[in-house]
Amino acid sequence: MSSGSYIKRPNRPLQVYAAIFLIVLYVPVLFLPLFSFNDSIYVNFPLSGFTTKWYFELWDRGPVWNALENSLKVGGVVSLLSTFLGIFAAKAITRYRIPGRGPLVSFIMLPLVVPLIIFGVALLVLLSQLGIPLSLYTVTVGHLIICLPFSIATLIPRFEGFDQSIEEVSADLGENAWWTFWRVTFPMVFPGVLASLMLTFTVSFDEFIMAFFLSGTEATLPMYIWSQLRFPQEFPSVLALASLILAASFMFVFLGQWINRGAYASAAKGNEL
Amino acid sequence: MTNDAFISIRNVDKYFGKFQAIDDVSIDIGHGEFFSLLGSSGCGKTTLLRMLAGFENTTSGEIYIDGQPMSNVPPHMRPVNMVFQSYAIFPHLNVRDNIAYGLRKQKLSKAKKYALVDEMLELIKLPEYGDRKATQLSGGQRQRIALARALILRPKVLLLDEPLGALDKQLREQMQLELRALQRTVGITFVFVTHDQEEALTLSDRIAVMSGGQVLQLDTPTGLYEAPKNREVASFIGTMNFFDGRVSKVNGSEISIITEGLGNVTKLMKNRDYVLGEKVQVAIRPEKLRLSDEKPQGTKNLVGGTLENSAYLGERSHFYVTVEGQPQPVAVSAQNQDRVSAIDNHCKTVWLQWNDDAIVILDAS
Repeated sequence: MSSGSYIKRPNRPLQVYAAIFLIVLYVPVLFLPLFSFNDSIYVNFPLSGFTTKWYFELWDRGPVWNALENSLKVGGVVSLLSTFLGIFAAKAITRYRIPGRGPLVSFIMLPLVVPLIIFGVALLVLLSQLGIPLSLYTVTVGHLIICLPFSIATLIPRFEGFDQSIEEVSADLGENAWWTFWRVTFPMVFPGVLASLMLTFTVSFDEFIMAFFLSGTEATLPMYIWSQLRFPQEFPSVLALASLILAASFMFVFLGQWINRGAYASAAKGNEL
Repeated sequence: MTNDAFISIRNVDKYFGKFQAIDDVSIDIGHGEFFSLLGSSGCGKTTLLRMLAGFENTTSGEIYIDGQPMSNVPPHMRPVNMVFQSYAIFPHLNVRDNIAYGLRKQKLSKAKKYALVDEMLELIKLPEYGDRKATQLSGGQRQRIALARALILRPKVLLLDEPLGALDKQLREQMQLELRALQRTVGITFVFVTHDQEEALTLSDRIAVMSGGQVLQLDTPTGLYEAPKNREVASFIGTMNFFDGRVSKVNGSEISIITEGLGNVTKLMKNRDYVLGEKVQVAIRPEKLRLSDEKPQGTKNLVGGTLENSAYLGERSHFYVTVEGQPQPVAVSAQNQDRVSAIDNHCKTVWLQWNDDAIVILDAS
């Protein structure tokens, strides 16, 4: 910041604004881990002492492990499916002349902005009309709808980020579309695929509303947390659980973004490899 | 289709929607020929090349390579390989694996495959570069890797889409010589797309000059430069002075023309008959006019004028001379061997002289 150029000169009000922004965004979240280490079942100041007993208590609870297993199963399947579908959608959107491409992409991205409760209710009505019993499978379907736009949005910059003639060269050197995809396209978009897997897993793992509407007897982790909120004596353990989920989610999303960091830069550079 | 044509483009049209990119093009290219498609951007040259490679379909007409119609042959089945303008080196592979990319189907042992790659690296004079990453290469090196990657498959035809366009002038001239030497070594047919007329003249056996999706003229470099068929070709290749004229005498195949600017000129024209009074255009290259500041002996092929402007370019100079009857100054180019370089005072009377065979006669446009 020492350089005095017009763009890079220090801007004090902007720095203060950025600091306030981050505080407002993250300080409330930080109360979760803070109180999860507090030696009291009541969440209020002053703190009464440091303890890790809530975490140990969590460890011994069977239903938590069940819920975790359910969430991992759903998250795993959803991330694989949505990324698999996302790869082909992103390839089609970026590589082929599709009439009405713009509206089509907006339509695909719609679940990002439509309230989930509407999707949840709609799916519930549909499933009950079809006579399909609610289970982890129906939760998976609901999560797939939410995660597909995330997957596509992550992958499109990757596909746009490399020179199309690289795929043409492969065809020119004798490889058909199948081999071209596996020898050129897939390795080129692979960081995007990893990022998409991580992001969609996280979204599914943290999702509550769809799971609330569409799950049967088996709860996912967020639903378990919600069910425990009625019991005050359970609350510190819920805080501990929430803190763990928070840490894991942060790690996953940052890792995904880090792996995919080249996408936007290479898209901007165009043909420069 | 002639028998010795290796590539035969027959009456090919190409439309993109309503836009006609290629308009009834027919070209025959011989075996081992260095053939160039020359034209400014948007003239259809790259579209034609991509049709040879199979990346674009023909709207009508047919392309034959080695006697086989290509309409229903996809790019990966064609006996051609292409070097792209952007080189398109695979960034996730090193140099060796880039060059070996097309060998997968040949099911060679790893040792055999890499021996072939080393041979190619030798040919392109980058023997130590096999383990380099694609991102660690300069433009000229990428260009050579792209060449090697195509040549290792021993294609019958190599297609090159402005492969030297991204290089700086010095490297480009060096690569031109190397490309030409390479083509003679490997002996395969090259089809080369460029907008640089000098490059096309330097490299090619024959050149097709294209404009608006049509071939304006197909000829050897000498033919294009010395005997352009029309004004568009004449002004695209090098510089040309044009004069309006009218046929004043026809004596067998020798015709005389009265021009606005050059006076009376004569030329043997055997390609067709001219009639008395017919309007024509007379053209002459700047370097074929001799400039002097003293009136030479004789009066044939001689015209006086006023020196308007001159530019000293080191090895040669350019002069701009106004002659009577011609609003545009006549361009003259002269080697700076002797006293010609001393003619640098503007607005002075000078004399222009030429030989009969320096004149080019074009149909009036």
